[in-house]
Amino acid sequence: MTTQEATPSVSQQVVGGERADGAGGKRRSAGVAGRVDRRRSGRWWIPWAFLAPALILFLYFKFIPMAQAISMSVQDVKPYLGNTWVGAANYSEILGSEGFRSAAWNTVVLAVGQTFGSMVLGFGLALLVEGQTRKLSFIRSAAFLPVVVPLAVVAELWRIMYHPTADGLMNQVIGLVGLGPSGFINHPDSSLASIVVTGIWRGAPYDMMIFLAGLAGIDRGLYEAATVDGASTRQRILHVTLPGLRPVFAILFVLAAVRGFRSFTEVFLLTNGGPNGSTEVVMTLIYKLGLEQNRLGVGSAGAVLLFVATLVLTVSVQLLRRRRAA
Amino acid sequence: MSAATETALGLTERTGAGAKLIKAAVYTGLFVVFAGPLLALLVSSFNHVSDPTQLSVIPRRPTLDNFRIAFDHGVLRYLLNSFFVVGFGLLLQVAVSVLAGYALARKVFPLMTLVMVAILATMMLPEEILALPLTLVLGDLPLLHLNLMGTLAGMIVPLGAWAFSILVMTEFMKDVPRELEEAARIDGAGELRIFAQIILPLCKPALGVIGVFGFTMIWDQYLLPLLVATDSSAYTLPLALRTLRIDPVVTPGVVLAASLLALLPSVVVFLLFQRSFARGLTSGALKG
Repeated sequence: MTTQEATPSVSQQVVGGERADGAGGKRRSAGVAGRVDRRRSGRWWIPWAFLAPALILFLYFKFIPMAQAISMSVQDVKPYLGNTWVGAANYSEILGSEGFRSAAWNTVVLAVGQTFGSMVLGFGLALLVEGQTRKLSFIRSAAFLPVVVPLAVVAELWRIMYHPTADGLMNQVIGLVGLGPSGFINHPDSSLASIVVTGIWRGAPYDMMIFLAGLAGIDRGLYEAATVDGASTRQRILHVTLPGLRPVFAILFVLAAVRGFRSFTEVFLLTNGGPNGSTEVVMTLIYKLGLEQNRLGVGSAGAVLLFVATLVLTVSVQLLRRRRAA
Repeated sequence: MSAATETALGLTERTGAGAKLIKAAVYTGLFVVFAGPLLALLVSSFNHVSDPTQLSVIPRRPTLDNFRIAFDHGVLRYLLNSFFVVGFGLLLQVAVSVLAGYALARKVFPLMTLVMVAILATMMLPEEILALPLTLVLGDLPLLHLNLMGTLAGMIVPLGAWAFSILVMTEFMKDVPRELEEAARIDGAGELRIFAQIILPLCKPALGVIGVFGFTMIWDQYLLPLLVATDSSAYTLPLALRTLRIDPVVTPGVVLAASLLALLPSVVVFLLFQRSFARGLTSGALKG
């Protein structure tokens, strides 16, 4: 299921449905049979007519491109000259290249940093701003703003804030605690970390909102029981709040990690892979291979590998969750 | 006693002077960190900012020069492009989603599970992974042989079907009581009338959710317009920010003014429809 909140509501519906059926008696079950009958014998094409726009668009812009990515990844793609089959050559080329391996590593660092940073900060924020007062709902809305600001604007704004001289905004901020000045995105040692920080700034408020929804679903009675038993705030969070939020953590982890794997816009705009390749990620590399160097076959092989990585991550977390639930 | 257990931390209920001070500090800090940079953007877009170091939250001699120069550089054109894409994109997305949701929620038909699996599978196939083949498909649509590269339509149609919106509509439409539909059918209402006059009017909250999420999702698009736009006449505003920044005669103040225009629509939509946002985040947003 999705959140703490969603789970009970769904089970309630099921229970409610059963109760209604039981109380409704024969008349209701006769109605159900008639309805199913009519739907089966009715015009079979009606659901397909309603589904057609969605299915056609998905076919054109999801499934055909995916099939084409796979087919290009095993060919040497030459527009107008015709493609030639090269088998796994594109894959061995990209897997063997230093550039791809360092991009893959950077991508993992970026995804892990953004995912955990956003989750830890988002959880802390959620605890701090949980509550019903007007002041809190104002703070929540203000903190959520970065999430709805277009990523391109976020990147341009942070470029200016990361200005590498001592009187740049972020350098002044870290100067307050005696650090810096830093080159931020302009220095190979700090560039990737700077992108991670920008990502956390935009990701943490999103996670905060999801955690808040999860917190709202935690049984108040458990807190009360814990207090009666003399539990401290820390114990309450450790033994009531955290276990209650476990499904939320799992979902946020998958979402953020997969999103981190696909990072493109913020990297493209903040550093475009530089300086010195220190922030090159898989997506910026694919973009350069495919659209700037016209090496569509090798670029497609990279895209297929990226797809496999996100698929493996999603499926394995789902399996882990299912095993734990069983 | 029980009041103290309202929240995990129980912060809200602590009313001592020290607790109040800590709370004030925490909330101010939160506001400064997350809203502060945006406030600086807002203020500085009305300041003379000729150098990135002049980004500031303090107004100095407010001016509209940044906006005037931005408009001289075609920002109005990019803004109109963005509105065109988000307007028609959202219209298409909502129409496609309510139609598909109706079939999935109110009908039983063979291969239904397969259709559901296919829709869920599209969540694993975002524009990023499909970037390269998408440019080829858009350059020569299979069967139709249309070239959508360089057109705003090329930025719209790939977003027409979005699994999130379809799933939200499906979940919501499932909850409309059967009795309403049956009564209408007995009265002789046809399929389209049942869809448009019985089911759809009851789905307004879900329409709100897919409306605001669709708007922010389309407004935030970057890679797709970047792939499709072959020259600056088809640029959306987010794409144009980079062009402005690279232009040596354009000051950071102008980039900030254009950025303000680029963020206002989605921030306004968020502030107006916060309730729909919250509903979407707690329902299906988690799935993808």
